Amino acid sequence: MVTVMELYRLLPGTNCKKCGESTCMAFAVALLSRKKNIPECIPILLENFKKQKEKLELLLLPSAGAEETGMIIHPELCTGCGNCVVACPVDVANDPRGAAVGCAPTNDKVIFKVKDGKVVALNIKECRRFGKNRVLCYACIDPCPAGAIEFV
Amino acid sequence: MVTCPGCALLCDDIEVVVENNRIKETRNTCRRGAARMKGCVNRLAPSVAQKPDDIENAIKKAAAILQNAKSPMLFGWSNSTCEAQLEGIQLAKKMSAIMDDTSSFCQGLLIERILQKKFRTCTLDDIRNKADVLVYWGSDAQDSQPRHLSRFSYFPRGELRQRGYEEDRIAIAIDVRESNTAKICKGHFYRIPPKGDREFILALMDALSGKVPAYEPKKMLELAAILKKAEFGAIFVGLGLTYSIKDDFDILIPLADKLPNFNIMPMVGHYNMRGFNEALFKETGFVNRVKFDGKAIHDSRYSIVEALRKSIDALLVVGSDPLSSLPRSVIPHLANIPVICIDPCVTLTSKIAAVTIPCAVSGVETGGSTVRMDGKRVELSKCIESNYLNDKEILARLMEAL
Repeated sequence: MVTVMELYRLLPGTNCKKCGESTCMAFAVALLSRKKNIPECIPILLENFKKQKEKLELLLLPSAGAEETGMIIHPELCTGCGNCVVACPVDVANDPRGAAVGCAPTNDKVIFKVKDGKVVALNIKECRRFGKNRVLCYACIDPCPAGAIEFV
Repeated sequence: MVTCPGCALLCDDIEVVVENNRIKETRNTCRRGAARMKGCVNRLAPSVAQKPDDIENAIKKAAAILQNAKSPMLFGWSNSTCEAQLEGIQLAKKMSAIMDDTSSFCQGLLIERILQKKFRTCTLDDIRNKADVLVYWGSDAQDSQPRHLSRFSYFPRGELRQRGYEEDRIAIAIDVRESNTAKICKGHFYRIPPKGDREFILALMDALSGKVPAYEPKKMLELAAILKKAEFGAIFVGLGLTYSIKDDFDILIPLADKLPNFNIMPMVGHYNMRGFNEALFKETGFVNRVKFDGKAIHDSRYSIVEALRKSIDALLVVGSDPLSSLPRSVIPHLANIPVICIDPCVTLTSKIAAVTIPCAVSGVETGGSTVRMDGKRVELSKCIESNYLNDKEILARLMEAL
């Protein structure tokens, strides 16, 4: 996964503040958390930064399809085992008689469902990584040996 | 809610979306189940001598081949419903044929001993509700039965295990490689060399009796301590363990006796292999490798591998693909005898078969009963309409023609 320093090294490093952030490092952090986009950095759009801009776009490409919480599901890796459906604490709380005991989800309040043998994410705003009181939850990543779920 | 015929877990909480008499979407199935339920890419067509023909002629020709054979064999059965299997046993009796199924090179050894009540066993629901220590031995359940861990064993919360995998359950993997199941077991993965299971069992028995084992003493004592503390344990015996100790399988019995709180669960692949084993056991007292000759004779000569090498002169394959699953050394023998293939899809075996008879996909186009890996009877449901005959009807017609 890409780091803040990797992004920072490709930015102009002038701390011009045109993007609204106080430093280029702050802009790199905002880029990584997808609060800012590359075109918001005015100097990098100039011709002499063309190569850096292309590299930045390449680095940020994997997170392009991410959900609001930064979740990416790789359907090509998913085997549909449903470990994440049962392990997710939100699913357990919202569906104690379905997903919590290993059965199929019985309502639409759960985050994970399996369709056609691949997991899909719903109700992403319920995720514990989202919102003001967010926590660094790993409950869906840990039980997935295929590495089909990732957070960026 | 329908039942998935993808593997021997027979998940019965599946939803399907049907559009224009086709399954458009499956919900809650794993990838394996989804592929099975959506049907085959290449549907088998009836043929005689590699030429397209109608199904009536195909059945007549198949009956003629079986009638002319001195020593026919009926093989497959693990992907058929219990009703078709019973019909098959009657057919074998009528023809004095040899009968074997895929358990011959799968979990037959273990299922035979379970049916003879040499091992304690339990249901998968018991495991979900009570089990606290789970041992995956030579089994990669995560890949072979993808919903095993999430639906029955490690992850779900049960009556006595309300905190599920987080606090209440310990999963242990014993395997020759770090499989996907072993990755989930993390701190409790015991890697053994290939064919090292016997040594491991002996060392574990020493550790359980309080002796210092000769093989990796520290790890074995640590494992023995976990197993001794278990209130309700389960050992999932996979093909890795069965193949490794197949010459001396009864070595598992003293180990099971030393672990009174543990149950043995066979990790079956095909969805109704145990159904066939139970049906044949009830009829003859053996689970596979049987020749009907007035009475049922059981001998390793009647396993598919040995029989193909020596004695048979016609082979009826029902819902199996021996050409892709048997050892290469016996494959050429398939070319020397007429093969009749009953299957919904085109397989390697159907491509060389003298007669092919297409059938309906059980659990999708036709219902029936099946037996789960733990011995529970589960009904398959019919999801879509189909003009294809099911296995049972084809076998009944064959019987009539004979």
